[in-house]
Amino acid sequence: MSDQKLAVNEYLKTDSDYLRGTINEGLQTEVTGAFSEGDQQLIKFHGFYQQDDRDLRNERKAQKLEPLYSFMLRARVPGGVCTPEQWLGVDKIASELTSSNSIRLTTRQTFQYHGIPKRNLKTIIQGLDRQALDSIAACGDVNRNVMCNPNPVESKLHQQAYEWAKKLSDHLLPHTQAYAEIWLDKEKLVSTADEQPLEPVYGKTYLPRKFKMAVAVPPDNDVDVYTNDLGFVAVADGDELVGFNLTAGGGMGSTHGETDTFPRLADDFGFIRAEDTLKFAEAVMTVQRDWGNRVNRKRARLKYTIVDHGYDAFKAEVEKRVGKAFEAKREVIIGDRGDRYGWVKGIDNQWHLTLYIESGRVKDQPGKMLQTGLREIAKVHKGDFRMTSNQNMIVASVAEQDKAEIEGLARQHGLLGEVISQTRGHSIACVALPTCSLAMAEAERYFPDFISKVEALQDKHGFAEQAIVVRITGCPNGCARPFAAEIGLVGKAPGRYNLYLGASYEGTRLNKMYRENVQEAEILEVLDTLFAQYATERQKGETFGNFTVRTGVVGAVLDAAKDFHG
Amino acid sequence: MLWQLLCHWAVFIMLLKELSSLASPLSEPQVDKLKQLTSELNTVQLAWVSGYLAASANATVTPSVTEPGTEQTITILYGSQTGNGRGIAESFAEKAQAQGYATNLVSMSDYKARQLKQETIAIFVVSTHGEGEAPDDAMELHQFLASKRAPKLDSLQYSVLALGDSSYEFFCQTGKDFEERLSALGAQPLHELVECDVDYEASAEQWQQDVLQAVEPLIKASNATVVPISSASATNAQAFSKQKPLHAELLVSQKITGRDSDRDVRHVEIDLGESGLTYQAGDALGVWFENSAALVAEVIEKLGLSSSENVTVAKESYELAQALIEKKELTQIYPGLVEAWAELSENDVLRSLVADKEQTRQFVLENQLADLIEQYPPAKSITAQSLVDLLRPITPRLYSIASSQDEVDTEVHLTVALVEDTEKPTHRFGGASHYLANAEEGQAVKVYVEPNKHFRLPENPDTPVIMIGPGTGVAPFRAFLQQRAADGAAGKNWLFFGNPHFEQDFLYQTELQQFLKSGELTRLDVAFSRDQAEKVYVQHKLKQQGQAVWQWLESGAHLYVCGDAQRMAKDVHQALIEVIEEFGGLEHEQAVAYLESLRSSQRYQKDVY
Repeated sequence: MSDQKLAVNEYLKTDSDYLRGTINEGLQTEVTGAFSEGDQQLIKFHGFYQQDDRDLRNERKAQKLEPLYSFMLRARVPGGVCTPEQWLGVDKIASELTSSNSIRLTTRQTFQYHGIPKRNLKTIIQGLDRQALDSIAACGDVNRNVMCNPNPVESKLHQQAYEWAKKLSDHLLPHTQAYAEIWLDKEKLVSTADEQPLEPVYGKTYLPRKFKMAVAVPPDNDVDVYTNDLGFVAVADGDELVGFNLTAGGGMGSTHGETDTFPRLADDFGFIRAEDTLKFAEAVMTVQRDWGNRVNRKRARLKYTIVDHGYDAFKAEVEKRVGKAFEAKREVIIGDRGDRYGWVKGIDNQWHLTLYIESGRVKDQPGKMLQTGLREIAKVHKGDFRMTSNQNMIVASVAEQDKAEIEGLARQHGLLGEVISQTRGHSIACVALPTCSLAMAEAERYFPDFISKVEALQDKHGFAEQAIVVRITGCPNGCARPFAAEIGLVGKAPGRYNLYLGASYEGTRLNKMYRENVQEAEILEVLDTLFAQYATERQKGETFGNFTVRTGVVGAVLDAAKDFHG
Repeated sequence: MLWQLLCHWAVFIMLLKELSSLASPLSEPQVDKLKQLTSELNTVQLAWVSGYLAASANATVTPSVTEPGTEQTITILYGSQTGNGRGIAESFAEKAQAQGYATNLVSMSDYKARQLKQETIAIFVVSTHGEGEAPDDAMELHQFLASKRAPKLDSLQYSVLALGDSSYEFFCQTGKDFEERLSALGAQPLHELVECDVDYEASAEQWQQDVLQAVEPLIKASNATVVPISSASATNAQAFSKQKPLHAELLVSQKITGRDSDRDVRHVEIDLGESGLTYQAGDALGVWFENSAALVAEVIEKLGLSSSENVTVAKESYELAQALIEKKELTQIYPGLVEAWAELSENDVLRSLVADKEQTRQFVLENQLADLIEQYPPAKSITAQSLVDLLRPITPRLYSIASSQDEVDTEVHLTVALVEDTEKPTHRFGGASHYLANAEEGQAVKVYVEPNKHFRLPENPDTPVIMIGPGTGVAPFRAFLQQRAADGAAGKNWLFFGNPHFEQDFLYQTELQQFLKSGELTRLDVAFSRDQAEKVYVQHKLKQQGQAVWQWLESGAHLYVCGDAQRMAKDVHQALIEVIEEFGGLEHEQAVAYLESLRSSQRYQKDVY
């Protein structure tokens, strides 16, 4: 290993002085809206990516202007919970300091800003800081935003699960002061690097790759727990959270045409007691830190570490580091991945309103003043807001007497009232073009139209009420978890997608490629045929994903390393 | 003998028919008089006159030969911002030489002011710009004449031609100053001061004739030695001029501001082809343009005229539409037109407006002919001919050249901001910029080079330069950078650029980044005024970098400023003084003197408009 050439990012991290790099110098340079190549990797650890408007690249080149660079900044909001005051602050920043003037709810229960010019980054981060929010480790080779089921019904259990999500997020934050120094103008501390480790968990080179965590509260699986590197499935005894079934080794990212890369769902490792949660999390992370592939970034996620070293060896190493063995997995039921739209009453007699936000775009448009609507609600709301992993927003903990006012505001601004089909309500898409530099095809911009066509076909075959999980991404990195969708579209080129079928409705089985590099007409033709069969041949309660596997349309993916490409 | 004389006369008469002032030592009025006289004479009378004239010519010539040293030279001094003044001075010099007079044609900036007291005949052609200010090259002489150092000029006879723009408050002020000072110093006027407005051609021509006539008795013609005309006009003997422009080919008119910019700035490339027309970094390109057909149609329609109606412009006949497209100024109006329009429209608002000079001046800056028609329709009909007569002849616009020929070979590049007024009920455009922005690839564009030898890179390639060019003011600095790169000049280059928005208005951003990367641009400081709450301009950047600016100046840097004259150049000037005060540790007066010494040693040059 030592004489092998490591991935470029490994040297960048090593030389970065704990993620500082030359970010400060880059901020001073007014001649370009970009950061240097090396810094472009480091800024991810600070919560943002450099992007450019790809629709304008050629036009601006002719105009002798550099690409229209801007930054996407993602906040760290464990479990997606924020107060109305925080939301008002977040909203103000969007209006004043971003060119998109809007907020986007992500598939990982946080919000991100698009179109931030470099000169505004510092102001934005300082603004978030005033709202007790940050973007530390929202991107980069570290533990990202920790997801948690925002289930508003079983509120006591949710509260405990959420506390764990927060603890996990805080405990595994990088310790470097780079963020505070660069963005918050904190004094640089005298380096004590030689005496005590600056990053006790991560070390100087952090993780080999990103690391995603989620806490699920069964039967809901809205957080898509098996798609995460590390998952905690809550086990309750009555109202009391007693521990978690730990899952590890999930992840969506893969590369077209490289069969040694593949999406994978996590393995179950067994039950852990609540008090051991941090120890197990740290152990899984440090094994990945030490065993993970630092030569090939495409094979650096935890899922490959487990595949390459073997499940048993990995499990033994984790247990060794914790000094405790996994207990037998507790029986839990994994159910639906969707959100419960509309009003739901919790056991504490508080009301919760889930608003459908298409692709998470909190933006004002004629007739749909979503951003204004949420702002107006935030001004009067006494509970909190919860962002869901389906990119929706829950106005949580509304007292009976405040219900009418909140609902009135929601209706007035187009946040409520529209009938959303089951399929649409269960489906998501990633950002893709024009902002994401990885996108090969449209996703978010194409999503509404494609879903309408799927709805029409469902209608035609008489099962409009059946939810089908449809997910579209612009590339195989999988931000919208397309490989866990019953119908997955993954971009290959403008207007062309790979079509995947056969995932389970609950998110416990991956899908498999059914058609490669096809256009909409062919996709719809395929669906038309399969829908016709499904309508007549499905068994009682059988979901579309299960149907396609049972009838042999696609093979079941049980062991991703073997089956996904096989 | 008589027969010989008659033959001689026959030839003379024949020639006389074709005689023009240009082909003879005679002025046009003289030729006309001679033509008139000879047409009344019979052959015998003519022979007699011929003999008489020959004899009298001998009589005047002879003494001068015996008295060398009494030879008189006409010194022709010009101070000119746009080149119009220089053009008139050159024309005068040619006419004077054609008469056989000795002339010394020289820019005021190259003239040693103290030499004035040795002169006997001096002609001044000087323009006024901005708020009654002298052009850069006249500044020193202007100050000298007003100073206590100015000598008695008892032996000097002079005439001043003042150029200006009557839409400005201090019309022809510099010319008036020269007149006033020369007279106060005891010099005798050969001809009274003539003030020329934007359409100066006719009155300037008349003044030249009048002055030459006034000079005539003072000079013993035979004494005059013809001196070669100055190098300035020699280079213009490039065969192309304002009057004889090159029909060049437009290659590119590319918008270089982003799609969300408030302004439309074009990068224009023109091919000079095989013409041999050359220019230097710092020069300007004169561009003749045509008014937009849509604008002309609007004017004609609103006045109820017919586009095919014939009108006469400068003795040539045109259809009205053609005259308005090619011959007349529609987008820039002048106070006289507004005054005439006040009567034509019988509109009281306009009448009271023209009574106020300042308001009229503002009005002509903000309005075009079409706006006048739209806002103040004529109360009585106006004929096509009287409309045409009211309008000034179209004049070419000058653009600072944005390329170096060592880089672009036979091309010439311009940076053209489209002048737009979107506030008006009808969207209005600047004449030339609209023409260039809409020009199609391959279209012919009439151009000529207007040299600007007061905006030149240092001769020493090692000398550092500081260039301050916000907005389209960056144009000549693109030329400078190309030139310095082509020359392999070792001197450091520092550019200050500014505009409203970084993402939309960073002119030549990628090229400048490339210059920075290659090291040909040492520093680039940018000010984007509207990207943050408080406005930041180049002068703020200059002050921010004051320490370094001072060090560069102390190490011999040349300073260049290009762009807006009204505010930017003044603010930059002020900022420079403050930088010199603060970092040079100088008192205000000393700092002003420091900057002045930079200017007089050609280390502080401006191309502002």
